[in-house]
Amino acid sequence: MAGEAGRRVKIQIKNVKKEYHGDHGTTVALNGVNLDIMENEFICVVGPSGCGKSTLLNVLAGLHEASSGECYLDGEPIHGTDVKRGVVFQQYALFPWQSVLKNVMFGPQMKRLPKAECEAIARKYIKMVGLEDFEDSYPKELSGGMKQRVAIARAYANNPEVLLMDEPFGALDAQTRAQLQTELLKTWEEEQKTCFFITHDVDEAVLLAQRVVIMSARPGRIKRVVDIDIPYPRDQSTKSDPHFMELKAEIWNEVYQEYLEVRK
Amino acid sequence: MSKVKQAKRPLTQSERHTRMVNRLWLLLSLVVALVVLYILSIGKKTGRSFPFLFPIGDRPSVYEGLQTMLKRNALWSDLGSSLISVAMGFSLGFITALPMAFLMAWYTPVRKIIEPWINFIRNIPALAYSPLIVIMLGVGRAPSVVLIWICTFMTMCITIFHGIRNIDNTLVKAARVLGANDVDIFFRITLPATVPFILTAVRLGLSAGLTTLLAAESTGAQAGLGMRIMTLKGTFETDAMLGYIIIIGIIGTLLNTFVDIIEGRLTSWQEKREGA
Repeated sequence: MAGEAGRRVKIQIKNVKKEYHGDHGTTVALNGVNLDIMENEFICVVGPSGCGKSTLLNVLAGLHEASSGECYLDGEPIHGTDVKRGVVFQQYALFPWQSVLKNVMFGPQMKRLPKAECEAIARKYIKMVGLEDFEDSYPKELSGGMKQRVAIARAYANNPEVLLMDEPFGALDAQTRAQLQTELLKTWEEEQKTCFFITHDVDEAVLLAQRVVIMSARPGRIKRVVDIDIPYPRDQSTKSDPHFMELKAEIWNEVYQEYLEVRK
Repeated sequence: MSKVKQAKRPLTQSERHTRMVNRLWLLLSLVVALVVLYILSIGKKTGRSFPFLFPIGDRPSVYEGLQTMLKRNALWSDLGSSLISVAMGFSLGFITALPMAFLMAWYTPVRKIIEPWINFIRNIPALAYSPLIVIMLGVGRAPSVVLIWICTFMTMCITIFHGIRNIDNTLVKAARVLGANDVDIFFRITLPATVPFILTAVRLGLSAGLTTLLAAESTGAQAGLGMRIMTLKGTFETDAMLGYIIIIGIIGTLLNTFVDIIEGRLTSWQEKREGA
């Protein structure tokens, strides 16, 4: 699937600017952001905190409106949320009063599909993330890694065309994070979707992405886009590849420069 | 169909142990209270106000006091009357507080206009304005109900309102990106997320209802626990009076236990910070 079909532009970000008006004046979170994301592409966005990564994701999700400029999905301007664009949040955002099954069923239920179908879809994706024995568990009974697996299953159950992920593994310990990265890679290689993945972990970005977008802070803009020309399938062993380490060092330096800028 | 709801599993050894230890503590605390009351009852001055529960020698006791009230055909009608007033006032308070809390959370003008006044009136003892209500509504049950309504409304409205405002916005966002519309979000996110706060509000509301009882029945009530306590003051019948006071305490404890049970049923999904 990847090769040919991957060359069509899926998301266009055109000259996006986002300002917040607070008590202490206006903050420009994003300014002059331009980016084309191809169909089925895996994009990672890195940058120091406060560089507007999450703002950009929120604009793409339709949770925030850009102050000026426009984003397009398949040429249609993005306004408001849409099930075509699924989101995975860092803090899992599972509904604590619902079981794993009910959480994953939520999206299909919002499409008013028959109950049996909702359950079938939910079970499929719960199985995909390996939690079939925890269907009836409540979020409080799950570990952080399991919660995030449920959140990923819930996003997939809506069959979105684009997955927007806001530091999804940021709150997890190193081992769980590595495992979820591997699982996500595998899922993406199987069920190709356009992925827009925010992280502050350069390792993670280089491991997952086809292209890494480096953002600079104040105001947030795109500083550089780096092609990660490491072939898939990738897994944790990819991290010891010399080319991986080269790319990682290069990107890490750029991000660190930006971090120092912010600290000034 | 999915088989939902965890079946009630048998208690483990350690849970049974914890439960027994807790019961022993409760028993001990009861014994301590009885000892304290007994000491008070044999004191010369303290004994006037605090008779013991059961007759010892020829000293007056709460038991005899309540017997007297039974003979006067007062106890049951007082209890019934107060329970009816509290139930009516509380129900009115709840039915009005719930929508008002949502209106305040959703519409800034409503909040800006209402909230300062709720906070203003909330700090005034109900006893202070109870005569105004009686003068307005005349003697009988109406002023009692209205007074309890006012007090329970304010407590519950503020509690639920803060609960709604504290709903994790990420949950709303998550629902929204999964395709939920405003109605879905209200019924599937806002309402369940508010349930714990509604239960807290019910708990505080019931307590407010009972504490307002005295003020509510202070003027012009025909019967009632609060009204009787005020009347017994005139005849120095402290034995019956203490009995009535204990009855109010017991009602409060029972209501609280009842809310605990409902809470356990409805909010078992909550992450509990395990306490001692």
